[in-house]
Formats: sequence, C-alpha cells, structure tokens
Amino acid sequence: MGDNFITKPSCAAFSAIALLLSCLPLGIPNAAHALDGRGTDGMLRILYWQAPSTLNPYLSGGVKDIEAASLVLEPLARLSPDGDMIPWLAREIPTLENGGVAPDLRSIRWQLKPGLTWSDGSAVTSADIAFTHRYCTAPGAGCAQADKFRDVARVETPDKLTAVLHFDEPKPFPYGPFVGPQTPLLQAAQFADCLGPRAPGCTDANFAPIGTGPFKVVEFRSGDAAVFEANAAYRVPKQPAFGQVLLKGGGDAMSAGRAVLETGEFDYAWNLQLGPEVLAAMVARGKGQIVSSFSTLVERIAFNFSVPDDATQPHPALSDIAVRRALAMALDRRTMIEIGYGAAGRVSCNIVPAPPAYASSANDGCAAQDLDGARDLLSQAGWVDTDGDGVREREGTELRFVFQTSANTVRQNFQALAKEWWRQIGVAAELRAIDASVFFSGDPSSPDTLEKFGADIEMYAGASDGPDPEAYLAGWACDAAPGTENGWQGRNVGNWCDPEYDALLGALSSTAGLAERAALSRTLNDMLVQQHVAVPLVDRGRVSAHSNSLGGIRINAWDSELWNIADWYRLPG
Amino acid sequence: MRSHALRRLAMTIPTLLVISAIIFALLEFAPGDPMAQLPSTIPPDVRAEMRAALGLGQPAPVRYGMWLWQMVVVEPGIALGIVADGDTPRILSWQTRGPVMTLIAQRLPQTMIVVGSAYIIGVIAAIGLGILSARRQGSAIDRAGTGLAAMGYALPPFFTAAVLIYVFAIQLEWAPTIYDTTLHVTGWNSFAAQMRQMALPITVLSLQTTAQITRYMRAAMLDTLGQEYILAARAKGLRERTILMVHALRNSMIPVLPVIALGAPQIFAGAIITESIFGVNGVGQLLITSLSAGDLPVVQTVTVLIAVAIVLANLASDLALPWLDPRLRDA
Repeated sequence: MGDNFITKPSCAAFSAIALLLSCLPLGIPNAAHALDGRGTDGMLRILYWQAPSTLNPYLSGGVKDIEAASLVLEPLARLSPDGDMIPWLAREIPTLENGGVAPDLRSIRWQLKPGLTWSDGSAVTSADIAFTHRYCTAPGAGCAQADKFRDVARVETPDKLTAVLHFDEPKPFPYGPFVGPQTPLLQAAQFADCLGPRAPGCTDANFAPIGTGPFKVVEFRSGDAAVFEANAAYRVPKQPAFGQVLLKGGGDAMSAGRAVLETGEFDYAWNLQLGPEVLAAMVARGKGQIVSSFSTLVERIAFNFSVPDDATQPHPALSDIAVRRALAMALDRRTMIEIGYGAAGRVSCNIVPAPPAYASSANDGCAAQDLDGARDLLSQAGWVDTDGDGVREREGTELRFVFQTSANTVRQNFQALAKEWWRQIGVAAELRAIDASVFFSGDPSSPDTLEKFGADIEMYAGASDGPDPEAYLAGWACDAAPGTENGWQGRNVGNWCDPEYDALLGALSSTAGLAERAALSRTLNDMLVQQHVAVPLVDRGRVSAHSNSLGGIRINAWDSELWNIADWYRLPG
Repeated sequence: MRSHALRRLAMTIPTLLVISAIIFALLEFAPGDPMAQLPSTIPPDVRAEMRAALGLGQPAPVRYGMWLWQMVVVEPGIALGIVADGDTPRILSWQTRGPVMTLIAQRLPQTMIVVGSAYIIGVIAAIGLGILSARRQGSAIDRAGTGLAAMGYALPPFFTAAVLIYVFAIQLEWAPTIYDTTLHVTGWNSFAAQMRQMALPITVLSLQTTAQITRYMRAAMLDTLGQEYILAARAKGLRERTILMVHALRNSMIPVLPVIALGAPQIFAGAIITESIFGVNGVGQLLITSLSAGDLPVVQTVTVLIAVAIVLANLASDLALPWLDPRLRDA
C-alpha cells in the first residue's frame, strides 16, 4: 500500500503492459465489476479531515465517529438519500398496517433477517438488540445516543429473530432506536462486560467492534487512521468489491480536497466545507468530481418578536407582519447561494425542506427577489420615510435593526448583501458578528448567544434530527422560548407564540400514520414560513469528492455517507 | 561533579510538580467544553450525563490528585508490567475514551521519525553550513547560508509547506501530500514510499532548524577562529582541516550545544503546524486536536511530558558542558 499515488500518474505515459504492472497495487480493474468476487478491487482510500476518535458511536456522538463505525456496525434500518427508511438488518419496516407497530402505539416489533452472522461467524439474534438497548441505557455509561432510547421501557425477545420494544407512552413515530447510523447493533458477547461505568474502559471493543457490515477492523489508530478489510462473513455474496479500506483522518478540508481532486492520492474525501470557487479550481484538474446531498439543514433568518433585553414588550417594528414579509421579499437567495455555497446549497422556501413527503409546496417561488413589492408593502402598512434620511418610520419608530450572526465569511457576506438590499427598501441594518464559540455556546451568562438574542434579527442554521420533524417543529412552541425560567434553553429564539401552532403540535404528537404526520408537518411549516417567524434561505448540503475511478457512490445526508460502501467499486481504466 | 549532577537531578522533581500543577490550574480556568463538538441534536441532559461519565463531577483538587497518582504510579506501573492493565483506572482521554499513554505511544513513532530526523538533518546541516560560512567569511557560500537562514526565519512552515506541496506534489507529482501512518516498511517498495512521504515534511521542518542554529554556529566559529591559539596552530603548520575540525570546532560547540539541547524536546512535542498539514498525526497534532476538543487529560499529560523532556534536556546540556569545557569541571 502507499505505492499507488506515485505509480498512478505515470500510468498514462507507459505502454499497456507497463500500465498493467505499475498499477498492480490497485488491483486490475475489470469491466465486469459486478461479476468480480469479494475484495478484488484492492484498497479503497478514504480521507476524513476530522479523524475518528473511536468506533463506538454510543460513546462519541460525533459525525466522524458514527460514519467510520458504519463500515462495521449496522442498524436494523437505514435512511435512503431521500430520507426514506429502508430495512437493513430487519426483514421489513414495522408499521401499523403490517402489524409491526401495536395499535396502541406502545410497542414496535422488529424481525431480523434470517441467517445473519457477525464477522466472527456467530449468529445475530434478538438478544443482541436487547443488549444494545441495555448497553445505552445502563446508568453511568454516558451513552451519547441515550435520547434515542429515552422512552423504551423494555425490550422483549419472544424468539431468536424477533425483538419487541415497549414504550412508556404511545409513540406515534417509534423509529428512534436502531434506525440510522447512530444506533447500530452491538454484539452482546463482545460488550457484555462493558456496561455502565465500565463502558469507556473497554478500549479493545470500542476501537474494534465486531459487526455485521461489509468490513471489519484490522487496525484502529485513534484520531489518526483506521484500516479495514472485507468481512468474509458478509451476507451479500461478492460484496464488498474492495478488499481493504484505509480511512485516514487529519488535516483540513483544503488538504482533503487536494488529495482527491488535485493529486489523486485518495479516492474519497468527506465533507469539503470550502468556498465554491476553491472547489471549482480543484475540480478543474480533472481527477475527480464533487457530489452533494441534502437533508434538513436550513440557514435561516429569525426575527425577534419582543424588544431585545425585554421579552415582555412586543417588538415595535418586527411584530408587524408587513415588515417581516418585506424584509424576506427583499432577499435574493440565488445570489446568496452563488456567493456562499455553490454546489453545497440550494434555495429553500421551507423550514422543513425534506423528506419529499414533508416538504410543502405552498411557499414555492420565494427565490424571486421583489424589491418593488417590498417597498409597496411597507408603504401600504404606513412605513414611510418622512424625514428624508433614507429610513422609513411610523409613529416615531424607525426601521433600524441590529442584525447579528456568528463570525464566519459566508454568514458575514450574507449579512452585507441583506444590508444592501434592505437599504434599497428603506430599512437600515447594523451588522454584528459574534465569535461562533460564544454565539452557539448556549452559555446563560453571556449576553451574545443565539438564545439571548440581544438584537432584532439573527441568522443561523438548524436541522431536524432524522426524517420526522416533530421534535424540530416543537422548537417553535410557546414554551420553547428561551428565558430566565428555563435557563435560556429552548429553540424558539424569536419569542414567537401562537396557540394555534401549539394545538397543531399537540395533534402531531398523537398522530400515527406517516402520511398524516407529513400533512400536519407541512401545515406547521407553512405557519412558520407564511407568518415569517423564520425566513428559510438556503438548504445546506454536504459536499464530498471522489476520484473518477470510483463507482457506486450514492452520497447520503440522512445516514452515513459510507452507508452503501459495499456497492462501491473501482471503475475500469 | 557527581554531587552537582545529583543536586540538579533532585531539583527537577519539585520543578515538574509545580509545572504540572500550574498546567492543571490553567486548563481548569480556560474555557472549553468537551461536549462542544457534538452535534446539536444531542440534548443537554444527555450531555450532562456524558460529562458525569467523564468524571467531571468531582472537584478539581480531587481530579488533580487522581491524575498525579495515575501519572506517577499507575502508568509507569503498567509500562513496567508491575500493575496489571484493567485493575486500576488509567488516564483516559475524554475524546477517544482510550488510555492517553496508548495514544501517545501510537503517535511517538511518526513524530520521532519525521520531526526527529528533521531535527538531526537540520542540526547537521546547520553545523556544516556554519563552519563553511565562517571558514570563508563573505564568500558565496557564506552569503547563501545567510540567505537560507533569513528565509528559514522569515517563512512560516504553513507557507513553505504550501509551496512545496504545489511544486512537488501537485505539479511534479513526486511526493504525496498526506502521510500514511499505517504504512509498514517491509521491503524496498514500502521503504521508498516511506522516504517519499517523509520528504516534504522533513524539508519544511529542517529548514527551520537549520536557520535557527546555523547563525549561532557561524558566530561561534568566527569567534574561535580569531583566537590566538588558532594563530599558534597555524604557525605550527597544522593542516587547515585539523585546525577547523579539531581545534576550532570543539570550542565553538560550547555556546551552540545548549541551543541544540534545548531545541531537542521539540522532537517529542512534535510540530503542530507541519504535522497537521501533512497528516503526520504525531504528538503535535494530538495536542492541537485535543485542545480544540477540550480533551483535558490528553492536553495535561502531553504538556507535562513535554515539560519533563525540556527539564531533562536542560539537565543533559548542563551535564555535558563540563565534558566539552574543562574550565567548568571544577566549578
């Protein structure tokens, strides 16, 4: 290994025979890759610029660790690139219709595919499901995924392939545990002595968990690199095509992009948070391409419905919906994306932009900037510039706002653009950029946090955890407003309160069918967007890069990016 | 002489204790949260439980005492095989949940190989260049040496690294930009690959070392060559080579040796910037990633070990000087 990157460039220069010889370490690619056996495509080299620190997702919670572990550990169901659940180790997704979810919504019955084995050859049974629940809920373990298991009272295992999860209360969306890469199955035999406070001490198990996935761990160097090899016991014959995987960590997004797109040392680089023009220059060298995927991360502007520093007083200007709407209409989202995100962003008119069934179409058309419309709207609402200073006012209140966000080039560019567009409709904005470590700290003693909202307008990003947006939408409930009584926790930063919204949220929390839940979620989303509580700007995606010689990639922002690594192969040539 | 050495050695223990306490206190007061890098979807109460599982619930003096006991008793015990691994709690990293010493042991080889050989190459080049520059003061080689030293001082490693990567990795494709720590040298091919992946980081680092030391060497050599005993040696008709390499070199090394010795602990500390750029992932990269992740046990242990290395290097240079300079032996 390690020889590839030197021999590869010279390949083109030599004759066919020399090419064959010099490229040997890569494995000779075959046109009929699908017919090749397991491990015939040699080594796959993946670069994560944030190095994984452990391969046990229950002890870390970091995206880098969860994704690295996804080569080895698998959940009962994964999420597809569209956010749909697909059965993985389970035979099917349990629903009300197929009887997998109890009519009282208090239990869910998962059935394992028959004949599954761990990479050590032993059988996967429902006892492993029950054990994984016990592992994460044992007191003193500090399990990072405890939230997913929160309402699971007990796990019953009527037979070797069936596990029934019982909930404390009716769960209309019972797909928290064992769905997605955060909560994969652990092997009971390997982690039996690692419960509770003993969890962190099981270094051997945490750094080399036994899994069911296409690869198994050969060597794990925490914070540096991991080497995997094909799992001989993997359930799909002839997969994975790659015999080994080197997952290297370290450096930054820049060096990762360079190693795939410019020097060709690596096959895949994860999460390239780089400016659009930087990425374009790298891609121009012709060695690789970028892929992007989207889930629910939306960059948005929030308005303060109360006077900064005094939550009891309604905001003199922003409590008028005409002002909020005019400010939103003045924005040109396409220009913002072009400057700030490129392939990593797309216009979002919704706070819940995905999965497709949950995305409302009622707000389409927000991409068109309408400065004249915004001016008319303000004038009709009585906001006019009477003193000739370029700023509109009404009854002594001027449209002068403080607009804050975290210090970051893209966000500050957005601020500058918005300030200019707002100036053109007669609104003055004073810009503030706060260090991200303070702004997002949630520190109740700091006045400059997102939650304290010591300004009129602020910009940040937020996402729903998983495809079901109930918990996310609950962030705009009246009682989710941060304040002294809840220690400045809560995500309703603008202090917006609408009893109708809360009533609909209550309905959502007791509705079971997926289609009904989607419809309710769309209505809630429309309330937020149409009342201009939050102005969605950009649906922010994940951008990664892969070399031109790699095939089978379906980048996925809902699950691990490496979710279908068993399907990846080396393209011929 | 021996009592002097023992006295100096005895002094190191309280010094290190004070250093470790100060480092602990500084880290304690510094802002930073080991949970800060977790996804925002993990709720605050789960974070609180995770913090408790890290032992953060105990008061600071208890944690310092615990750390000291683990550092001085448990870890050396496990290293020597006296204490069985698993019986006693070791110093665990918060980020990886693995033993800190294992992490350091994993990172030391590449740091030693890359930063160590860069230091040795840099020192040898600096001494050679210093001698040549002093021998022919004002010559082309002297001016070239001065230019190189100025460059080494003036150009930060992130700049030289970027230039070298652009020329040798992207344009010429001679060397990789990412260091593969899992590469095992088993034959000529893998040895060549190892040489190639070391080439760029070592060049960046040794340029710095050479720049820093060659000016001292040149000045010391010039000073020595002006001494009367060199004139006497020349008058006796000794060969120029003998005068330079035997008579002048030894005396010139007296002021230079402490500089070299005090720079040596940086081999252990690693090179934060260069390691990060090339993905060498040695001790320096461990330190900086642990700092940004708020992984205090790792930061504390690594900085204290660096302090130990510095104190020992100081001691070594103190003890080596009388050997070079007989005038110091009776002092």
